[in-house]
Order: sequence, then structure tokens, then C-alpha cells
Amino acid sequence: MSTALDLFTYVAVGAGALFFLAGTVGLLRFPDTLTRLHALTKADNLGLGLVVLGLLPQVDGVLDGLKLIVIWLLVLLSGADAGQLIARAARGRRLPR
Amino acid sequence: MIDAFHAAAALLILALGVYTTFARETFAATVGFLAYGLLLTVAWVQLRGVDVALTEAAIGGGLTAMLLLRASARLRPTEAAASAETPGATTRLLAAVAAVSVAGALALAVLALPVPAPTLAPEAAANIASTGVGNPITAVLLAYRAMDTLLEAIVLLFALIGVWSLAPDRMWGGRPGPRHNADPDGILAFIARVLPPIGIVVGIYVFWIGADHPGGKFQGATILAAMWLLTMMAGLADAPPISRTWLRVLLVLGPAVFIAIGVVGAFTAGAFLAWPDGWAKPMILVIEIALMPSLALTLGLLLAGAPERPAQP
Repeated sequence: MSTALDLFTYVAVGAGALFFLAGTVGLLRFPDTLTRLHALTKADNLGLGLVVLGLLPQVDGVLDGLKLIVIWLLVLLSGADAGQLIARAARGRRLPR
Repeated sequence: MIDAFHAAAALLILALGVYTTFARETFAATVGFLAYGLLLTVAWVQLRGVDVALTEAAIGGGLTAMLLLRASARLRPTEAAASAETPGATTRLLAAVAAVSVAGALALAVLALPVPAPTLAPEAAANIASTGVGNPITAVLLAYRAMDTLLEAIVLLFALIGVWSLAPDRMWGGRPGPRHNADPDGILAFIARVLPPIGIVVGIYVFWIGADHPGGKFQGATILAAMWLLTMMAGLADAPPISRTWLRVLLVLGPAVFIAIGVVGAFTAGAFLAWPDGWAKPMILVIEIALMPSLALTLGLLLAGAPERPAQP
């Protein structure tokens, strides 16, 4: 049982790390602000979500697991809002590249 | 594997430090500094200094970077002119010599430290029961070295007075910073409504948990100040005029209670800021509760800036 859970953790955290890597590559390589934001929010939302999901079987109690989930939800909220704000500023000012 | 991770983090921190120093634009340097602060936080977590990591994230990375961001936004109109004035070769040489010798002296001092480093940790751990708190960092900050914490709180107050003193005479007593007019139905107003209830709970939790676990009033107060600033930036709340009596009372309340309890200690326990037996925990608690609003207000107003508008618009 615990081996299966450990395996699940490895796979999920690994997939999360992959999303972070892809998001970072996108941030560096994509041509303009909006596409960069697109790449970055994938890393935040899915990457962190997968990392949190992978860590859930490893926590000591229900409370710690809930804290992890709340952290993910808060990052979702702030990431989505910051993305909107930056996109609006970019559209309004017509930022170069 | 772990060593490789540590080495990579150390290299990244060094590289970011170099980038921040050599960045041409103030804004780029500020963003470099922000990332540097976040990486330092990770480094402190790796060193198991979670208290320091929390403080670095809140004050070093968050609050200081916010101050610098505001400063760089304000300097932007004059930045081109300022960077066009290159100092003479002698000035630059002297600056380089001064910087290198300070860095060199610091490096020598660090390298000359004895191994293992002298430590007071066993004594701190042996006497922690007499303070009534479970977190040794809190015991150091509010029992063994309470004087340092008192002076820190007072230094912050001085910093705020310094910021206020930048106000033009006719604005003295007015409201700090510009009035923020964000879209009332926009995303900023939305998050400024959703986040503060959560942030206030988290801030008070971080403050309360500081007795036994990493956390404390400085970190908690920074979170509260951040929530206050968020509502101000979204235009949902306005900064209070600095002439308000309640504001000034709250600002000095924390340090005043701290000093008053210290004086009580001088009579009951024989030394300023000494806690009589069995009273350490309640006295520490009273000080922390009094300091918390003072710190949150001071930090928030530090970021809000010097008064720029009359009290009555």
C-alpha cells in the first residue's frame, strides 16, 4: 500500500515539476506578454496542483493536508488575479513584446 | 543529491546578487532583489531556520521589495537623466575600493569563525521552561534579548517619522500617498474583497502560533499590513490622515506598553525588561498583543508613504 502511495507521489510531483519546467521555458521563449502569462499560469495552477496532490498521501494528518490544499487554492486565486492585472496593463499600454 | 541542490541554490543566489548589483535599470534591479529575497527564504528553510525564512519572506523579500518598487516607480521620470550623469573615474575607483574592502573584511570575518561556532543554544534550551514559551526563537526575542526587540519596534517608528518628514509643509497631517482609483468592478477590487478575511485570519494565526512554533508578531503584522495595503490600492479604503489622534496612539501603544512592562520588571525582578518568576508568559503575551497593531500600522503606513494630500479633500 505504502509503495503504491509513494509511487503515486513520485509520479504526481514529477508531473508537477514538468509543468513548472514547461512554464519556465514558455516564459523565456514565448514572444509576447499574453502568451508568456499563459505559460506561467499553467505552471502555477497545474504544476502546483499536481505537487500538492502528490504530497497529500505523505502528510501526517488531515489538517496538514487541508493546509496544503488551501495553499494551492490561494495560489490559484492570486495567480489568476495577477495574470488578469498584468494582461490588462499590457493591453492598455501596448507593452512592446 | 541534497548537496547538489544546496550548491545550485547558493549559485543562483550569488548570480542574482550580481545581477541586482549590475542591473542598469532601477526596476530590473528591484525585481532581481525580490527574487533574491525569495531564494534566500528557500535557503533559510534548507538551513532549518524557518523563523528567519518567514521573516525574510515577509520583511526582506515582501515589504522591502515593495518599498523599492514604489521608489523605482517614482524615480522613473528622472532615471534617464540620473544615469546619464556618470561619476568621474576617481569616484568610481574609490567606490569600488570601498565596496571590495567591506566585502573582503566581511568574508574574512566569516572565514575566521571558529569551527564549531560558539553557541548559546544549549543554555537557551536549558532555560526555556522559565519563559513559558515553546519556540526558542520567541524566547530569545522576548525574554533573553527583549531589549533588541524593543529597539527594533522603536526603530520602525523612527523610520515612519522619517518617511512622514518628507511631506511638504502644507500637506503635514494629510493623507499618505496618492488616492488609488481602481475600477470598482475590476479584478483588483475583487481580490481586495476576497483576500483580506483570509489574510487577517492567517496573520493572527502566524502571530499566535509564534509562542510555540515558527511565527510571531513581525511576520503576522506584515501579513495584516499587506491586507490593509491591498484594500487601499484597490480604492476600497483610504489611508487615514496622519494627524488623527487614534492613529498616533495606536502607533506608540506597542513600544509604550513594552517600556512600561520593562519598568515593572525593574521593580519586581530587579532589572529593566526582566520578568518575575512565573509571569514571563503573560507579560510576553501582553507585549505581543500591544505590539501587533502598532507594527501592522507602522509597516502599512511606511509603504503608504509621505502625506501627499490634504486631510479633507
